[in-house]
Amino acid sequence: MRRHGWSLLLGLSLGALTVWSLLDTGLSLPALLGAEGRRQMALFVQRLFPPDLSPALLRQVGQRALETLAVSFLGTLLAVGLAAGLLGGATRTLVQGAAFAEAVPRGKLRRLGQALAYGSARALLTLFRAVPELIWALLFILVVGLGPFAGVLALGVHTAGVLGRLFAEVLENVDRRPCEALQALGASRLQVFLYGMLPQALPELLSFALYRWEVNIRAAAILGFVGAGGLGQQLFVALNLFLHQQLLTLIAATLGLVILVDACSALLRRLLV
Amino acid sequence: MSAPSLPFPSKRRPLSSLLAVLFLGAVVLSARVAEVRPQALLAPEALEHLWAFVRGMVPPAHSPAFLRSLLTPLRETVQMALLGTLLAAALGLPLAVLAASTVLFAGPLHEAARGGPLRWLARRLPYLLSRLLLNVLRAIPELVWALLFVRVLGLGPAPGVLALGISYGGMIGKVYADLLEGVDPGPLLALQSTGASRLQLVLYGWLPQALPNMLAYTLYRWECALRASALMGFVGAGGIGQHIELAMRMFAYDEVASLILVVFCLSAAVERLGDALRRRLL
Repeated sequence: MRRHGWSLLLGLSLGALTVWSLLDTGLSLPALLGAEGRRQMALFVQRLFPPDLSPALLRQVGQRALETLAVSFLGTLLAVGLAAGLLGGATRTLVQGAAFAEAVPRGKLRRLGQALAYGSARALLTLFRAVPELIWALLFILVVGLGPFAGVLALGVHTAGVLGRLFAEVLENVDRRPCEALQALGASRLQVFLYGMLPQALPELLSFALYRWEVNIRAAAILGFVGAGGLGQQLFVALNLFLHQQLLTLIAATLGLVILVDACSALLRRLLV
Repeated sequence: MSAPSLPFPSKRRPLSSLLAVLFLGAVVLSARVAEVRPQALLAPEALEHLWAFVRGMVPPAHSPAFLRSLLTPLRETVQMALLGTLLAAALGLPLAVLAASTVLFAGPLHEAARGGPLRWLARRLPYLLSRLLLNVLRAIPELVWALLFVRVLGLGPAPGVLALGISYGGMIGKVYADLLEGVDPGPLLALQSTGASRLQLVLYGWLPQALPNMLAYTLYRWECALRASALMGFVGAGGIGQHIELAMRMFAYDEVASLILVVFCLSAAVERLGDALRRRLL
């Protein structure tokens, strides 16, 4: 009964919100899909054909595609590096280690220091994550100028926020017994981490990194909209200069690139995880 | 007690050394292609810009007029995300039913199915076509869709809704299809043995089993849609992104700070709300 009440309430509020949104945005599907809307769309699609396949454009597109690929790859790599650097602070079991710290005398000051390290690492990750990559890109363009390097930095910082949190959660949930066994042998904290936690977590960490690479190739393809290089930049330019016949080529290149990275990621996942 | 000296794990397969070489090569090549210049980060000019940015952000803009001007884009952002997700679900569901192999040809339900090559093709063609369509819809980023729709439909939230609907429709459709393929075949076989039609099987067998997970995923997509629609303004599709870009271009860093704070709060609130709703669902 209680469950039913909730579903009803949710359903009703969803319906009300939808009607409000439809009325407020003035969006009407009939208008979009009506005669005029259809004519506009048909006209646009017609202008895309035939796609521009001149060697000059193809060479340029190839170069941009390579740039996009490089940005997504390095951005993900930078993110893994940044996330790994923050892991020491962001993983609760490493900082205020359940297994690690039991035998360690814990003064007030020490405890405060640990809480501070954990809190600030987590806050930093949240900040990285909550600001979208396009906004990071705008910021880094200010700092290092236009071009793909700003894109690498933007993807790296945003993705570090996502990966850092995921990595920390994986590490916090590893089986503690091997770690405690190592500790009982007298292993240092670093050794416990390297030989107790990391081997258990590695497949999952790798799998998350590959997943983010798939997300980042899509992101790298649009970073060019704000001037951070790659296919997006050329797409933006082509659209603004009404070079419609280049659009189809560029979209096809984006599509191909995304599918290629998805396939590579799937292959690596099978090989490594 | 001294720490034991543990050797570095030395179990190396030839495959991993090959991968390591490839990996290093890719890093070097990518760094060249992406014009990586770490020293640019530490150039005095860069630090100056960064400092100007940080100094400009404090205090964030908070005049009543500015805050009032945020209301409309904020409302647009929320509405765009909601309508976009609904459109995506409406688009994804029928495609998912066709793209679930167990609905059309695979699995225990179809063991008894016979027919010539034409029937065989008729069962597989819809599956292949809808999988292909879902792949294409999904592989093109939502902002590219938005850019195209802005050109066709003009500025405003409508292109944003369509862009979200189409690209998320692709993602939702794929996940729905995978969920439909993963349901327990027992109830389906029971329904089939009572003489239920294909449509009845979908409505009473497949959907009820997959529904909780489908709703949970849709909810997750809604969270993503909110974040995405905050950026739609970068290509002219309404919402708060337009203001961020404008403020950035006009060097109004105090407004940028407020806007980023708004996006931050929005995405944090949505994460919380999503978690709470998911707990109710699952």
